[in-house]
Amino acid sequence: MTEATLRITFAGPHVSIQDAGRPGLMRYGVPASGPMDRQSFALANAALGNPANHPGIEISLGGLSLHCLTGDVTLALVGGGFIAETKARKLGAWNVLTLRAGETLTIRPGPWGGWSYLAVAGKLQAKAWLGSHATHGSSGFGGGKLTTGQTLTITDPEIHPDREGPVPCPVWARPRHLLRCTLGPQERFFDAETLTTFTSARFETTDAFDRMGLRLRGPALIPAAALSIPSEPILRGSVQVSGDGTATVLLSDHQTTGGYPKIATILADDLDAFVQCRPRDAVMFQAITPAEAIAITRQNATRFATFEDRLRGRQMP
Amino acid sequence: MQPSPNAPIFRSIAERAVLVEFGTVLEHAAHDAVLRLDQALAAQPFPGFRESIPAFVNLLVEFDALTTDHSTAIAHLSGLLTAKTTARPQPTQREVLICYDADLAPDLIAVAQQTGLSPEAVIDAHLSGDYAVFMYGFAPGYAYLGGVPEAIRLDRKPAPLRNIPAGSVIIAGAQCLVTTLLMPTGWWIIGRSPTAILTHDPARPFLFDVGDKVRFRRISRAEYEAAQ
Repeated sequence: MTEATLRITFAGPHVSIQDAGRPGLMRYGVPASGPMDRQSFALANAALGNPANHPGIEISLGGLSLHCLTGDVTLALVGGGFIAETKARKLGAWNVLTLRAGETLTIRPGPWGGWSYLAVAGKLQAKAWLGSHATHGSSGFGGGKLTTGQTLTITDPEIHPDREGPVPCPVWARPRHLLRCTLGPQERFFDAETLTTFTSARFETTDAFDRMGLRLRGPALIPAAALSIPSEPILRGSVQVSGDGTATVLLSDHQTTGGYPKIATILADDLDAFVQCRPRDAVMFQAITPAEAIAITRQNATRFATFEDRLRGRQMP
Repeated sequence: MQPSPNAPIFRSIAERAVLVEFGTVLEHAAHDAVLRLDQALAAQPFPGFRESIPAFVNLLVEFDALTTDHSTAIAHLSGLLTAKTTARPQPTQREVLICYDADLAPDLIAVAQQTGLSPEAVIDAHLSGDYAVFMYGFAPGYAYLGGVPEAIRLDRKPAPLRNIPAGSVIIAGAQCLVTTLLMPTGWWIIGRSPTAILTHDPARPFLFDVGDKVRFRRISRAEYEAAQ
């Protein structure tokens, strides 16, 4: 058995091991976690021919530097307009490259995007929790957050010269500023005027975010009724409104229940592209019906599967 | 229109879920209806069903948008509700150990002062409670137990305290909870338990299922240390 070892010479906040997630345990207070941008993560694995659930590294705006101590390994960096640099070359994300022993790879934010994904050709050694390597941020369970000084081991590393080079970045993987959502499930706590404000006003993303949620800045969405609802289950993509009218979009590591009203719920696909917005980007909400939401999701799924299959087989147009 | 245990409201969410609402305030009939439907759904899921999350008065049902849709899910759930075959089986009784020693129970004196009871009377009241797991939330393994006796029900503190150790037994209003992680809380900390709710046993990772009954059993400091 061969190994590649990578020393983390720098890791920003919120850099962690993720896989496709840990679904099915919300009834025990455990959200699915997994990548903030699930589609880019899946494409990173597809670019190497990996299974979609293969553990990889989620990189935040804080960036990551890896020094390859031993072994050579092919890596895919996909998601966001990040930059990957070694002494010898400077590439954008949406690239497959081979890192050689002795080289240092530095990944940092580039012109756009909030999250990028590093997939590895080989088995990234990481802890699992409840059957998944996804890191649950507040507990640290799962593969875990990456910290400076730590060493990562990749067993059976592979080199794929045939896969090296750019990966096309589809337009739907870029930041999305118009967020399609269904109103509710607690829209009854808001009067008609507030609901109109919600779907017609511009909101701004803020730097108050982590893997649990992102606070928006915008007109106050003051609930019309008293906030005395018993805690209710929460879905990822819920737009939760606190008593002072501040909206927060709930993300991968969201709490599974809560007592604040949810004015709307964003489509899963739009949420993946939403997290690629930068702080202070403008966003707007477009209310659609649940039937429209299903139709859009099915169309997107066909489009995504076609792209992913081609990428996995590497027969890009 | 008000939801009721016999006529719930179905709320369609995004492309992937239905919230079945049996009530708007916490009452037993609504919660029982949640548990009955949750159980019926587990026994008889529909194609594309992903997971269900029971809470106090509603059940969230998540599905795969590529396989099914809201109206199909609602039709299936309505069928389960009208079948009326699902009396709840006897809930499982669980036991949680608790030590009330002063350094493990930093709020016991304050709870005694605010309720006008002696610390021992607070302990007796807490032990006399007939608890049930209403739902999980907040963090992994945080099981909300209902059933705190009237005599020791207090509103939560005005501000949360940070870094409360795992295993803390905390109360607020009618609710009691055994914490599983180092987390903030604004509830009253009245004891510490060596009983892990987050077990890290792959065969049974969570001690409770929603609906289980729970009783607390007092242990000495020596027993607490031995059980750690």
